[in-house]
This record gives sequence, structure tokens and C-alpha cells, in this order.
Amino acid sequence: MTALSHLQPSEHAVLDLSANPRWADRHRAAWRDLCDGLGQWRLVWTLAWLDIRLRYRGSMLGPFWLTISTGAMVAAMGVLYAVLFRLELRDYIPFLALSLVLWNFLGALVSDSCVAFTANEGLIRSVRMPFTLYAARIVVRNGVGLAHNAAVVVVVYVVLWTWPGGMAVLALPGLALWLVNALALSLLLGAVCARLHDIPPIVASIMQMAFFVSAVIWKPEQLGEGQWALAFNPFFSLLEIVRGPLMGTLPSPLIVGCALGYSLALCVVTWFVFARVRGRIAFWL
Amino acid sequence: MTQQTSAAIDIEGVSISFPLYHGNARSLKKTMFSTVTGRMAADARNRVVVEALRGIDLRLRPGDRLGLVGGNGAGKTTLLRAMAGIYEPVTGRVRVQGSINALLDPNLGMNPELTGRENIMLRGLYFGLDRRAIEGLAEDVAAFAELTDFLDLPVRIYSSGMVVRLGFALATAVRPQVLLMDEWFLAGDASFMDKARARLENLVRGVDILVLSSHLADVVVQWCTRAIWMDQGRIRADGPPAEVLEQYLGKPVHPLPPLAPPAPAG
Repeated sequence: MTALSHLQPSEHAVLDLSANPRWADRHRAAWRDLCDGLGQWRLVWTLAWLDIRLRYRGSMLGPFWLTISTGAMVAAMGVLYAVLFRLELRDYIPFLALSLVLWNFLGALVSDSCVAFTANEGLIRSVRMPFTLYAARIVVRNGVGLAHNAAVVVVVYVVLWTWPGGMAVLALPGLALWLVNALALSLLLGAVCARLHDIPPIVASIMQMAFFVSAVIWKPEQLGEGQWALAFNPFFSLLEIVRGPLMGTLPSPLIVGCALGYSLALCVVTWFVFARVRGRIAFWL
Repeated sequence: MTQQTSAAIDIEGVSISFPLYHGNARSLKKTMFSTVTGRMAADARNRVVVEALRGIDLRLRPGDRLGLVGGNGAGKTTLLRAMAGIYEPVTGRVRVQGSINALLDPNLGMNPELTGRENIMLRGLYFGLDRRAIEGLAEDVAAFAELTDFLDLPVRIYSSGMVVRLGFALATAVRPQVLLMDEWFLAGDASFMDKARARLENLVRGVDILVLSSHLADVVVQWCTRAIWMDQGRIRADGPPAEVLEQYLGKPVHPLPPLAPPAPAG
């Protein structure tokens, strides 16, 4: 009976916690949490995969149920709204497919983020782990869901034969920005919702409202003259930097600028909130 | 082997209190009002807190084996959590050098839907082990927990004894420099106890610092070189186990042969 004789890499083996730390210490601790959390990518990846596998345990199609339900939604809504809005099917359905796939990711990410820490209460109270780990797990889990859903978009491209062309590559920096924002959002909502239990319902109603006002199911062109103002809606500008290139249109500089500005704001706010409250989260659970 | 720093625990003037967000006091409304109106702010600042630890000073060096005794709610588990870095101090400073393993939750991160082998792999990842070490962990745990054919079946169908054995084997498979142990670890069914105790003693011998919270006087006397009596978040007595236990229990404790000293490093 021999015990494995090492537990953690020795560079992490000093724990130094002071009360009322200076901001410099808080930033350092938050940075270390972030690096340690992302450094355990194998654990993050495994946990995210297990989450998905367990959710669809015993089902034959597994996560492809997500794909099928999104596909059915696109088919049903696509035909109806194309008629209601008097739009060309061939133009509208790819738009709707992209919008819904991206919005499903965002919606699921936000609702998971609200319980990022509260759902892991037992773990957080029995072992010191970087909080980033729990947030990254949510991002990866939903990223895998997004990848499954992306099949809907591909099927739409094939059926309607509307490939976006080489410009689609420009969606990649947009997606990278989405991942950074997703991690930030997860940390922010996780921490805030752990402290204030009124936030999750508020977030849910904001998301519902945003779905209708952010040009997810209707096309921005339908607004006519006023469509430039949409750029200032953070949901729209972020949606458009990924959706635009995949539809073969380049987002305007205003949209890109707004998307970057809102992302920066989100990351800065998250950083300060996280650095401030990181040490208190365990007390709130 | 990695180069290891020598283990140490330094706790200076540590207090930890839990804010009580009673009723709907934890809501946004209260927070908003408290920032808007001055009187409410005063209320919010004077919120009720439970002082779990009050002004704890403690220094532990390699070879120290500390037993924490005291009634329920005396702050023993909170002190263990503070040492593990789970609760960050509200005042004072906690400094722990060396790898830590805190045995606080018997089913830490265990998922009943996963197989025994998957749970072992998962715990290996939590411990930060590499693939080879995880294989070693699986062998060691499977052998100790006597799971044999059950290893590849979901934990949900295990008997309760098997779950206890698996949880215990996992928690005690990795040898840290600083071992923090809560009292539940010494509870268990009788047939398993002897074996568990042998494994635990083997683990305890190999660690640099042990902090053990226990109700069992004989374990504290046998395993520990020092004992602290915790009462209402404060240290009430500190000294050799037999003396502290005598004060705590109000009756003399029969000394037992101490556990063999830690094996030389190597």
C-alpha cells in the first residue's frame, strides 16, 4: 500500500493569504486564479465532456438532440417568418439558422453562468480550486454544444447551396472574442449571483428582452433608416461580428468598434469585480 | 521527484466570520437601499455575523502533529478550511508552505453516475496528477477498496460500504506535505476500520505536518504531539495531548504508545 508522494507541482505549494489585501495583491491573486484555472485545461475539458455525456446518458443521439431541436426550430420558424416578413427564403433561412445557433449558445451560457459557483458549493467548500476552473468548464461545455449546433448551419448551406465564401474566415476572430467574453461573463455572473440571489431572474428577463430587440429573428435591414443605431446594442454588435462574415457581409467599422468596446468594458468590469470578491465567494455559498 | 520546500503553517491573528444574510436581507433591494439612504447603510454595516474563529495564532513546523479538540461549533473545521485556503481570513494572515491535502468531504467531487474508474481518473485530475500517476492511483485505489468487477460500473449501484471504501481510498491515496483531516475520517464500519486505520497511519507517518480534528481522545493521544482545545472560535488550551485532553474532558487520559516517528525523507 504505497501513497503517491506528490500532490501539486511545487511552484504552487505556497499559500499566503492576508486579510484586507492591497489592490496589487488582489490583482495578483486574481491573475493567479486565472492562470491556474486555465492551466488545468485537462480537468476543465474532462469535466465539460462528462457534463455533456451525463446530460444525455442513455440517449442514442446524445448531444445531437440539440442539433435536431435547433434544426426543427429553424425549419419551422424560417418558413413562417419568411412569409410574415415577406423575405426571400434562401436569404432568410441561413440568417435565422446562424442567429439561433449563436443565440442558443449565449442563452445557455448565461443561465449556466448564474449558477457557476453555487452549483459547485460542495467542491468549493472542501478543496481550494481556482474559481476560473468552474467558469471555464461552463464555457467549454457550451462551446461543445455550439459545435454540435453548427451542423444545422452547414446543413442549411448545403440544402440551399448558399456558401458564404472566403469571407467566412473573418468570423474566427469574432468567435475568439466570444470565447474571451464567455469566460468573463461566466466569472462575473457566477460571482454576482452567488452574492445576490435576485440577479438570476433579472438576467433571465434581460436575455428574453434582448432576444427580441437584437435582430435575432428579424433582419437589421428591416429597420430601414434607423438600423445604424442597432450597433449600440451590445448583443447585436457581438452577434453581427460572427454572423456577418458567415452571411458574406462585412460588419461596418461602427459595429466592430462597438463589439470591441463592449467586450473591453465587460472584461474590465469582470476583472475588478472578480479581483475584489474572489476571496469572499466561499463565504456566500 | 520534484524539489520540495519544507512544510510550514503560520497563522497570525486570524479571525473568520460569516455574514448572516438572514431572510431577504441578501437581496438587491436591501443593497440598493443601503447605498441610497444613509440609515440603511448603517444597518447594512452592522449586519449580523457569526465569529467562527477569533484571533488564532499558530505555528507548525515539519514533524508537528496537531490534534484539534472541542465541541461542535468550536471552529475546528473552519480552522482546517482556513489552513486549506478555502476561507480567506477576515483579519490576520494564513501562510502554508508545502502541498496540502484536506480530507474534509468523504465524497469530494465524486459523481454517482460515473464508474469507479472514471471517478478515480477525475480525482487524479483534481490532484493534478499526470496520466501515468493516474494509472497508479487507479491500481492502488481499486486494490484497497476491493472493487474488483465493480470498478467499471457506475458508483450509483455500489453498496454503501463500497462507496465509503472508494471515497476513503481516493482521499488517502496521495501523500501531501501538509495533511488536514476532519473527524469523519475515523468513523466507519468495524470490518473496514482496521484496514482503514492501517492505511491512514501509513499516510500520516509520511506527511510533514498533520492537523487532525477529532472527538476520539485515544487517536489524538496516539497520533499527535500537540493538542489544541478550541472553544467558541478561540484557543482555550494548547499543549501536550494528554494534558489538553485532561482539561477538555475533565478526567485523565491513559497514555498510549505513540505512532512511529515519520520515516526519513527519501
